[in-house]
Amino acid sequence: MSNIPVELKYSKSHEWVRHNDDGSVTVGISDSAQDQLGDMVFIEVPEVGQTVTAEEACAVVESVKAASDVYAPVSGEVVEVNESLVDSPEAVNQDAYGAGWLFRVQPSEAAELDALMDGDAYSAFLEDDAH
Amino acid sequence: MPFIPHTESDVKDMLAAIGASDIETLFDEIPDKLRMGKLTGVPDGMNEQEVTRLMMERAEQDGRPLCFMGAGAYDHHIPAAVWEITTRGEFYSAYTPYQAEASQGTLQLIYEFQTMMTGLTGLDVSNASLYDGASGLAEAVLMAVRGNRKSKSGRILVPTTVHPEYRKTTHTIVKNQDIELVELPYCPEGGNTLVDSLAEYEGQDIAALVIQHPNFFGILEDVDVLTDWAHAQGALVIAIANPTSMALLKPPGRWGEKGADIACGEGQPLGVPMMAGGPYFGYMCCKQALVRQMPGRIVGRTIDRDEREGFTLTLQAREQHIRRSKATSNICTNQGLLVTAATIYMSLLGAEGLRRVAQACHENTRKLVSALTANDCVEPVFNRPYFHETPLRLSVPVEGVARSLHAHNILPGYLMAQAYPELGDALLVCATETRTDADIETYASHLNRTIDAQTKAGCPVKPKMA
Repeated sequence: MSNIPVELKYSKSHEWVRHNDDGSVTVGISDSAQDQLGDMVFIEVPEVGQTVTAEEACAVVESVKAASDVYAPVSGEVVEVNESLVDSPEAVNQDAYGAGWLFRVQPSEAAELDALMDGDAYSAFLEDDAH
Repeated sequence: MPFIPHTESDVKDMLAAIGASDIETLFDEIPDKLRMGKLTGVPDGMNEQEVTRLMMERAEQDGRPLCFMGAGAYDHHIPAAVWEITTRGEFYSAYTPYQAEASQGTLQLIYEFQTMMTGLTGLDVSNASLYDGASGLAEAVLMAVRGNRKSKSGRILVPTTVHPEYRKTTHTIVKNQDIELVELPYCPEGGNTLVDSLAEYEGQDIAALVIQHPNFFGILEDVDVLTDWAHAQGALVIAIANPTSMALLKPPGRWGEKGADIACGEGQPLGVPMMAGGPYFGYMCCKQALVRQMPGRIVGRTIDRDEREGFTLTLQAREQHIRRSKATSNICTNQGLLVTAATIYMSLLGAEGLRRVAQACHENTRKLVSALTANDCVEPVFNRPYFHETPLRLSVPVEGVARSLHAHNILPGYLMAQAYPELGDALLVCATETRTDADIETYASHLNRTIDAQTKAGCPVKPKMA
């Protein structure tokens, strides 16, 4: 059973989203996603200042098995990226919801956040996916 | 499972099982207008005996002309050992092997090739090779657009001093991918790309600047100034460099303050004979930061679980068999056999040997230019330094002269008007280390006689270029 913090929001493409006090959101990939992908070898994060669009690819996580796109869960401007992943991509495996965060976005469409799943819905979604 | 195509009875059984009368009926659903129909103009097959005879007849048509033609492929001496070793059974394959890691010898050879190429180009990493120099440039352009994340324009500056066929190939490959190739003029006196011609692009969003050095004219470009200008605009620098020349000239990795970002080019000068239509091979090297954008196969050195050294295909997650439609390119192979020859060629010559080849090419071309321009009807087109080829302008129609020299079994050079009509009656001439003083004398005396015959009264004497 993978770790699914209830206070976070989740997308169907397995990104997690955390609300920050300043209105921005932090984005990473879920524990389930990192587990499926296996040992990370390289993370390509977006550029600070880049405009991202919900459901469009904006980062790449490369594991020993595959290189996979990470989709922006919400539209907005990238305000910070996790530079430390360049040297330690394994943080995504070890601490997907903490040190393994990928980037921070200032959302431009608040409504998009409401469309994301909560922890319970994501659990159910994973269950469905497994069957 | 036997790897044998279906027999007629297999096909019949399968059709019977699904209730189809013949294979054609399986394609009924495709509308007629979308179908290619029968191939026309393709003659019947030939047997081995007929093909052998045809090929020998064709080969005889080539003759053994005295070659002063370069323009992208060069007539170098290839030590006999190169192809003797390359065609050994252990090496004799065109591809990176399937089950690559079972072929440690092949992987080690490619690894050595990559190491030599990074040494020559002064860059961090090399791939296992590409199809040829022209498609190598197209791949480098695609790579630069992917790799330059600050640039959104997909705009590439391409000097017209870049090989015209490389430009055409690149245009064909990238034209439908939102990439704009902007051509830059060359200096009519120097035959090089002027930094002044870049002024209008100052401050604009440019993904990359291409620099061929020596350029198609054989002329040396101001690589340091051009490289620094590009980097100041946030553009990457794609170098195209003749591998032989890099033994003498400053390698792309050291151009300007930061060095070129990607280097590519034609590998043929490294032990591959001149052939009509190839196969040749392209090389590609880049800075470490761009390695994940590099197309093609990359061999790495590693250790196995018993800590023994071994070689492996690495960074495969970029490739199409894993990353599918998001792969960095559709190249999952290399020109294995030619790379084998190139690696053996470089090993036999060594760094010093390659430098001596480059030096001899340069000296012979200078001798050639001086022998040919002794005729008052022949003068250099450009006044800048060149490596091992340069265009010469004739004051008589060049086609007639070329035809006459062909008849004397001399390949006089590349007719510039094919790609550069503004250069008129100009010939791009080249003398590699294989041309002797006697060869050069033969060319010069035939040229003089041909020109005399054409002008009858002789050439009107006119002042020569400084």
